[in-house]
Parts: sequence; C-alpha cells; structure tokens
Amino acid sequence: MNFVYEKMMGGKKGLTGFLILATLILVIFPLFLDIFRLNLVGKYLTYAFPAVSLVLLWGYGGILSLGQGVFFGLGGYGMAMFLKLEASSVENTKIQSTPGIPDFMDWNQLTSLPWFWEPFNSLTLTILAILILPAAFAYIIGAAMFKRRVGGVYFAIITQVIAVILTILIVGQQGYTGGINGITDLRTLNGWDITTDSAKYIFYFINVALLLGVILLSRLILTSKFGSLLLAIRDKEDRVRFSGYDVSNFKIFIFCFSALISSIGGAMFTLQVGFMSPSFVGIVPSIEMVIFAAVGGRMSLIGAVYGTLLINFGKTAFSESFPELWLFLMGGLFISVVMFFPNGLAGLWDDYGHYITDRFSKSKKTKEDSPEIVEKKSDESAA
Amino acid sequence: MGDYTSSELVSIFAMQGFAGISLFSVLLLMALGLAIIFGQMGVINMAHGEFMAVGAYTTYFMSSLTETYFPSFMPYYFIFAIVVAFFVAGILGYLAEFVLIRHLYKRPLDTLLATWGLSLIMQQSFRTLFGAREVSPTLPDWLLGSYQPTETIDIPLNGMFVLALTAVVTLGVFYLLYKSSWGLRVRATTQNRVMSGAVGINTKKVDRYTFALGCGIAGIAGAAFTTIASTGPTTGTLYIVDTFMVVVFGGAASLIGTIVSAFSIAQAQSILEFFISGSMAKVYTLFALVLILMFKPEGLFASKVRR
Repeated sequence: MNFVYEKMMGGKKGLTGFLILATLILVIFPLFLDIFRLNLVGKYLTYAFPAVSLVLLWGYGGILSLGQGVFFGLGGYGMAMFLKLEASSVENTKIQSTPGIPDFMDWNQLTSLPWFWEPFNSLTLTILAILILPAAFAYIIGAAMFKRRVGGVYFAIITQVIAVILTILIVGQQGYTGGINGITDLRTLNGWDITTDSAKYIFYFINVALLLGVILLSRLILTSKFGSLLLAIRDKEDRVRFSGYDVSNFKIFIFCFSALISSIGGAMFTLQVGFMSPSFVGIVPSIEMVIFAAVGGRMSLIGAVYGTLLINFGKTAFSESFPELWLFLMGGLFISVVMFFPNGLAGLWDDYGHYITDRFSKSKKTKEDSPEIVEKKSDESAA
Repeated sequence: MGDYTSSELVSIFAMQGFAGISLFSVLLLMALGLAIIFGQMGVINMAHGEFMAVGAYTTYFMSSLTETYFPSFMPYYFIFAIVVAFFVAGILGYLAEFVLIRHLYKRPLDTLLATWGLSLIMQQSFRTLFGAREVSPTLPDWLLGSYQPTETIDIPLNGMFVLALTAVVTLGVFYLLYKSSWGLRVRATTQNRVMSGAVGINTKKVDRYTFALGCGIAGIAGAAFTTIASTGPTTGTLYIVDTFMVVVFGGAASLIGTIVSAFSIAQAQSILEFFISGSMAKVYTLFALVLILMFKPEGLFASKVRR
C-alpha cells in the first residue's frame, strides 16, 4: 500500500493533483456536460495520451519527438481498419462491384482485400496490432538512431520526416488507406452500435480510465530508478555513459513506451469520433501535441492533460467565432510558453499556487496555526 | 520504361533533369539560408519557409505596384524585386532574432517551438494581407518562353534564370563566409563563442547579422520561387521539411555538402516523378534519405571540427 502511495501517486502532492484531475474528468464533466460536449472532451482527452507520452520522452528524457502523430495515427488506423472491415460485410456492400471490401477500395478498382488488411478481421489481432506495431516501429527508429548516438535536433527532424512520409503515403495510396478523407463510416464494434449515446458514455469512461492508468504507470516509471536515470541522461548523457550504463537502451525503451501510449490514444480517438484521417498524423498535429505538453508543463504528467484540455477548448471556442485570431493566438502561445513559462501551467502553479492554497488553508484553520506558517517561512529564508 | 525509345529516354532525362534543376535551385537557395542559420548558429528555424514566402509576396507586391504605376518599367522590375525581397526578409529576420531567437540560443529544441509559433503568426498575416488564394506576379517577357536545343528537348527560360541566380547567390555566400573578414568572425563565433568574445568579436552582433543574412537569402529563394510556382499562405510549410533534409543530409556545417545534397535530392525526386506518381517519388526520396541518415547520421560531408 505504501508502495502504491509513494511510487504511483507520487506522495501527498501527487495524490492531491491526481485526485483533483480524476474528479474533474470522471465526475464533474459527465455530470455537467451533455453527451455532445462530453464526446468532444473525450476526443480532447485522447490527445492527452500523446501529450503525456511527450512529458516522459521530452520533459524527462530530453528527446523531442515530432512524430508522435505517427504513433497516434497507427493506433487510430489500426482500430479504424477493424471497424471498417466490420462495416463492409458482404450484405452491407452488395451494390459494389466487389462486395465485402471497404468502399474506397472498390472505388479505386481493387478487387480483393490487401494482405495487410487481413489480420484486422479479428478484434484480438487488432488490439495486439495497436499495442505492438507502433512500439515495434518506434524500436526500429529508436535503435537505428540512439545506437548511433543521433539525438537532439537531428532526432526531432528525422521523426518529423517520418511523419511527412507516412502522411504522403496515406494520402497517395488511396486504394489501400482511404486517402485524404481517411477511413469513415464506422458504425459497429462486434455488432455493437458505437454511434449511440450509451456507447459514447461507455467509451468516455474507458478512455478516462485508460488515461488515468497511463498516468499512474508513467509516474511509477518516473519514480523508479529508471526515472532518475532518464533525468540523468537528459542532463549529462556522457556521464551516465561513463558510469557504465548503455544509454541508448534506456532511450529506446522510453521512446517505445511513448509510442505505445500515443497509439492507445489514437485507437480511443477512432472509437469516440468514428473516423480516422491523415490530418491527425502529419507535422501539424505532431507539433500541436508537443505544445499541449509544453503548455501543461513539460515536467508534469497531470499538467499535460490540463494543457491539452485548455488548448482544445480554446481552439474550439476561437476557431468557431474568430478563426483568424486563433492562429495568431496559437502562435503567440507557442512563443510565450517557450520564452516566459518554460514549465507551463504546472510551473506557474508551483511558483504561485501556494498563494491560493495558503489563503484557502488560512480561512479554514484557526489563528493558532498562522504563527507556525510564519515560523516556517522565516526558517526557509534563513536557510 | 520499356515503351520509350532510347532517344526519347535521353530527352526525358534531359527535360526532367532540367525540371529537377529548377527544384534544385529553389531548394539550394532555401537550404543556403538554413545552412547558415542551422549549421552555423544551431538554431532550428521552422519559420524559414515563411521567410521564403515573404520574399515571394514581396515580389508579387512589387509586380502589382509596377504594373499599376510604372507599366514601362515592367521588363526590369524583377531584378529590383529580388533585391527588395532580400532586404525585406532580412530585416524581418533581424527583428525576429532581436525579439525572439537571441533569448533561446542555449535551448535549441525550444527555438524549434518558438519559431513554429512565429511561422503560424506569419502565415496568418499573409492570409490577412494577401488573402487565402494563391497569387503569382506577372513575369517580365524575357523570363517566358523556352530554349530548344533539339526537337524533343524543351528547356524553360525561367529555370535557366533561376539557376543563374542561384549560382550568383551561392558564390556570394561562399565569398562572404570563407573570404571576408565578416565570415571569419562568423566561423570563429560558431567554433568557440567565449573565445571569440574574448578576442574582441561582438558575438551578439555577429549572430544578429548571420540570422538576418540567412533570412534574406530565404527571401531571394522566394523571389526565385515565384517564377516556377504560385505562392499561397502555406507555401513555406511545404518546403521546410525538404529544406531541413537537404541541410541535414549534406552535413550541417558544410556548404559543399548542402549543394551536393540539394542536387541529389532534387534530381532523384524529379526523375522519379516521371515514372511513378509525384507523391510516391517524394516518399521514396525521403525514405532513402532517412535510411542513409541512419547509417551516416552526420551527413554526407561531416565537418572535421571536434565539438
């Protein structure tokens, strides 16, 4: 029990933050938002998966990946392919010249299902693919780059190029991937209609549970010895290497783990939104994921969730009424976060949050407590 | 390839090769600026494509201005437009360095995010100022038409002009970096900032002018770009990844490497484009680059300097 408290929750401070977040997304949002808005929040929360993965990878590991959209997309496409195959049963696609294959394949004169679609007929294989493929892909990229000590800026650029390649490939190979429109018209999961309100509620709660689970697991990783090593690698890679550690293996592991998390987010995205398209794979979404993490605080797992929610609420609100202003605002946000608040919302809270909590605790406590606080403050200034 | 006779194949290679040379020119002009900024200063300038767009829009603006007020000046405006594009983009780059970049030299990954923010702001400014539609300037007559050495080979004049322009700019950059005293100061600052400061080089000033020069060259690239394609608010983003690949593939601090890699990337892409679809040509080219970089991460021409 103590282990869980200290390692997974991160002690008292971590537990409070975690509980506040859990209450907000598990209780308050479902109580006060209608299903349309809740579904929207659910969609935003799927972006929080890659944002959390970037906290691990970039905040703690110092590895900036501009290709998290690739893994998000792989997960999303995996799930979409399964749902699409189910939607394209022979009865549903009688009017096509080749019944039983997805409609976009028929439009592109394909007459049989391509081999790499076959495994996605089975839900088990699909889930395995969502969990394994992106991590395996990340392993290949990571092993090739980190073993050769490519890092920092070069890693960022190469991951970005991989995002570009995948996007062009998806858009260009319309017959195999659905092209620029993506994979649409997804209705049922094993015969269960996913467009109903009850299905949306269920997916929202599964999504939240997965997200909170990912946060706890990530915290466990960060509070372990591995987490300390990760920080050490970020700050002085050479010293860690000279101490006898194989630095690249640690980097590869955290990169694979981040790919896995992003992929889960992508799969949940497809389930809640009902389609997947290349516009969630390329450079722009990948960089947006970085900014979610940066705004939330690149060193804070929980902050990343708040950052994601805040920016997406802002984006929805502004881009509906002032689409022109939004890009200016977004650009300004990028610049100001980097220049003035490098630790994001979490950093602001750490710096100024105690003014709020102090007032909060003072109003509750009696006057006897206040000398203690003063004493503590003077202790600090003496130290 | 079986359907073509050998003489047709020669013509295809010549013409696609020349189309590749136009692409090569624009890529090289973009990459020269980026090689200076990224290779010499270590700043990842994601807004570099937007500085190119600034050059292109400046050219468009000059063209409409000349067309309305000095129609007789039309044949010559383009030369002036190139110079103006250089200065407009350069001055904007100078300001960006002063306001933004100079605070971030110690955090290279953060320059990436900040300049991405800058690029968003610039894109929206283009959209507000010039509209979302793509624009292209009216080119002077001497840039239109083509040169036909044989009956099947047809080489457009604008491509040749851009090539000549690229050659001039490249030589100019070489002279500036390797022969002038300013270039000596730039290279000294790159290699050892503290020591350069100690021997009396104003490193902050060097940084600012280096960044401005890089952006100015992107402006020239924009002016050249208008001769081969039209300009929209998101034109810059289309080229930024390719440009980074050129610089990284060539070896960040090597100008020769930049030229060689711009040439090979542009040629590979445009010759492949004739035989397979354009998007797949790009996929193969980029994929090959990533593979090569995995085996040779320091690029084609690595600098021998120990860092």
